[in-house]
Amino acid sequence: MPPPLAAKPKLKIATTSLSGCFGCHTSLCDIDERILELAEVAEFDRSPLTDIKHCSAHVDIGLIEGSVCNAENVHVLREFRASCKILVALGACAVNGGLPASRNALDVADCLQRVYCERGVGRHQVPNDPELPLLLDKVRPINEVVRIDYFIPGCPPSGDAIWKFLTDLIAGRMPRLEHGLLRFD
Amino acid sequence: MNEIANRFNIDGGPVDFEPGQTILQAALAAGVFIPHLCAHPEFTPHGSCKLCTVTVNGRSGSACTIAAMPGMDVQSDTPELNSRRRVLLQMLFVEGHHFCPGCEKSGNCTLQALAYEMEMLTPHFAHFFPDRPVDASHPDVLLDLNRCVMCELCVRASRDFDGKNVFSLAGRGMASKIVVNSPTGLLGDSDLAVTDRAATICPVGAILPKRVGYKVPIGERLYDPIPISAQVGRLSGATAESGCCGCGSGASGGGCGATASATVAQKEA
Ligand code: SF4
Ligand code: SF4
Ligand code: FES
Repeated sequence: MPPPLAAKPKLKIATTSLSGCFGCHTSLCDIDERILELAEVAEFDRSPLTDIKHCSAHVDIGLIEGSVCNAENVHVLREFRASCKILVALGACAVNGGLPASRNALDVADCLQRVYCERGVGRHQVPNDPELPLLLDKVRPINEVVRIDYFIPGCPPSGDAIWKFLTDLIAGRMPRLEHGLLRFD
Repeated sequence: MNEIANRFNIDGGPVDFEPGQTILQAALAAGVFIPHLCAHPEFTPHGSCKLCTVTVNGRSGSACTIAAMPGMDVQSDTPELNSRRRVLLQMLFVEGHHFCPGCEKSGNCTLQALAYEMEMLTPHFAHFFPDRPVDASHPDVLLDLNRCVMCELCVRASRDFDGKNVFSLAGRGMASKIVVNSPTGLLGDSDLAVTDRAATICPVGAILPKRVGYKVPIGERLYDPIPISAQVGRLSGATAESGCCGCGSGASGGGCGATASATVAQKEA
């Protein structure tokens, strides 16, 4: 007889937000008390929930919300890809650029100038602290930077959609979001 | 001699047709859904989007333009055809700028509904992120070419129903775009009225009536409760949606909230 699920070594799940609004993480919290069921078979590695700063060498499932807007996003995304067996684009920004990509039609220098110099309060200069990651000229969905295994669309995807996806994946089924769970808005 | 029955097969099941019907018309009338975007029961087929591509006696063709013939063997709902449809949808998504959470058409949009139907999880290809004009010059109607899929339904509706020729498709290939027939090229200077069929026919969020945003909340819209494949009655024209913006009210002749309130706004103006 196969050992019960809980007796297996726990899966490692890592999550992060690139340029996103943390709405997808909020939706993850919307799985509510089912998180206890999840905790029986999985533990959180790098994630805002644990405040671990870097992924372990071997993570089973990485969930990434947000799109690629700056150099740091590229760095974090590559670290996740290197550490995670399965990498999942979580939510509209990760899947297709989302709201941040709406700036793609604009010139970045012009944007910064308008926001910080013409309308900004205070110093009227574009911030240039070396700690600030450099902006990319175009915002990109994460699959345009690294290979992605699965996509969960939605802005944000509902807690139920995330739950359905994770339970399918953990049980070894092909994850499937049926009508009502698959949404782009 | 026996008369040959007006009947053909789709995915192995029989479909009866009236002479003159296309495969798509016959299928929808028989309650069989074939995914389609540029075809509409009120207008002559245009055959541009290719989403309705089926295999007829072993050859590929558009169900919306091929006449139904007795004895045809049509394949439609197959994994291979559906994956080709998914690729077509993905190309339409990356070629325009389709940020559904910020689009008033979300939930009422045929492109989105078909993507749900084909279980499209990602647009997959590198996005174009185009920067096309948004024309807000008309008092009652907005035109956002970033969302246009060039189905030419607005062209057909304006020409064949409204008798106005407000819209046309110009250019070729990558340079194709919808243009407006007015001295300035702006919608505000054309003779489009919000009550025109062309103002409400757009299957996506490219032509939208103004000031009706979120009248029907997201989650309660046309394709939110019921998938597009289960709405064959409406898609076949059996339940008319003439004059409706696709808001889900199912009203005809301008009875839906969008057209009604837009008409009020127009009268007040
Ligand atoms: S037109 Fe349709 S697919 Fe495009 S953004 Fe709007 S709802 Fe989404
Ligand atoms: S504006 Fe709308 S109706 Fe006209 S061609 Fe574009 S998508 Fe079709
Ligand atoms: S619906 Fe037939 S080609 Fe578009």
